Amino acid sequence: MPLLRRPATTPVWLLLIAASAALWLTLYLNLSPLADHLTGFLGLDRSTRFGEALHFFFYDTPKVLLLLTGIVFVMGVVQTFFAPERTRALLSGRRQGVGNVLAALLGIVTPFCSCSAVPLFIGFLSAGVPLGVTFSFLISAPMVNEVALALLFGLFGWQVAALYLGLGLLIAIVAGLVIGQLKMERHLEDWVQQIQRGEATWSGDPAGGWPARFAAGWRHVREIVAKVWPYILAGIALGAGIHGYVPEDFMASFMGKDAWWAVPAAVLLGVPMYANAAGIIPVVEALIGKGAALGTVLAFMMSVIALSAPEMIILRKALKPTLIATFAGVVATGILLVGYVFNLVL
Amino acid sequence: MKDIKVLGTGCANCRNTVRLIEEVAAEQGVAITLSKVEELPEIMKYGVMSTPGVVVDGKVVHAGGIPDRAKITSWF
Repeated sequence: MPLLRRPATTPVWLLLIAASAALWLTLYLNLSPLADHLTGFLGLDRSTRFGEALHFFFYDTPKVLLLLTGIVFVMGVVQTFFAPERTRALLSGRRQGVGNVLAALLGIVTPFCSCSAVPLFIGFLSAGVPLGVTFSFLISAPMVNEVALALLFGLFGWQVAALYLGLGLLIAIVAGLVIGQLKMERHLEDWVQQIQRGEATWSGDPAGGWPARFAAGWRHVREIVAKVWPYILAGIALGAGIHGYVPEDFMASFMGKDAWWAVPAAVLLGVPMYANAAGIIPVVEALIGKGAALGTVLAFMMSVIALSAPEMIILRKALKPTLIATFAGVVATGILLVGYVFNLVL
Repeated sequence: MKDIKVLGTGCANCRNTVRLIEEVAAEQGVAITLSKVEELPEIMKYGVMSTPGVVVDGKVVHAGGIPDRAKITSWF
């Protein structure tokens, strides 16, 4: 905490967390009256379009920010238990199958940044983690992330967040299994195949006890929230505009269940976009309110997050084009299936 | 003279790490040679899996995220 000069001890942290949790809960339980109040304060009411749009904004913004802060803090603490080095040790020597499931699960809790994708990838391979298992991790880590889950939870409820989590894991596991079966090790770049680990091997920071873990959680909140809040605000503002002004069922014609081509179009559209989940999800919520089908929209989201062109360019340094194409193809197929199944079932 | 290398492929966190190390070294009045290692095969030789990584006199002392000031000070 910035207010504290000296490092806080565990009881101080627990006290701070308890106080923050109480404040958090009070705010969270009073979101609707708060939004009514703010809208009323500006002399507007929900019967006008502008009033409705504004109410949407005043309700969704604090809700999403609260959920984001809470979930990101918890994940920040959890991640201190799963340094990449630890995850690698857990996965090393695992066979296909169990290894893929474990890798996809660890992808949720291991800290991951797409700029580290290649070092991580090679670090795993050189420690004897099979290629398919490594891919399961590499697909799950960016796709099933806490920002996406927090936003889905905030805007669509826990059921959709849980579905996204489950399907994201499923795609990561199956895609990793498929890539493993294809035996594509020779499609790694030559320098990767020859890699020899040097003398100076880093085995991770020693854990600093609970105060250090809580501090890491708080640092995680500051990093993530500072990075994504402008996108969330812009996304919710745009979403509020759609909510207030776009006619009902407007989206149904081209993003509804009956348009068979909507799912592949959504996946293709997602690839060149490198948005974080934060900006996309509020817009998506508004689109669904106007008749877009959930499967189509989820496919779009997954494609934006899991199949980003910039990440492919980074991976190209270690993977030959055939392997990149296979990776993209397998993941895209998985996302397509998820989109169709969703539209059929719901 | 401390020899410090920052390992990273040029993401924002890596640049911030370089700047922070320069700042702290200047504050402490420590003479350092600071260099960046951006080539992946080079980075991988250090066995680091998350960037930015920091190497002081040939030894890895940090990996993943921007190190905080206290940690940087402890290297000097």
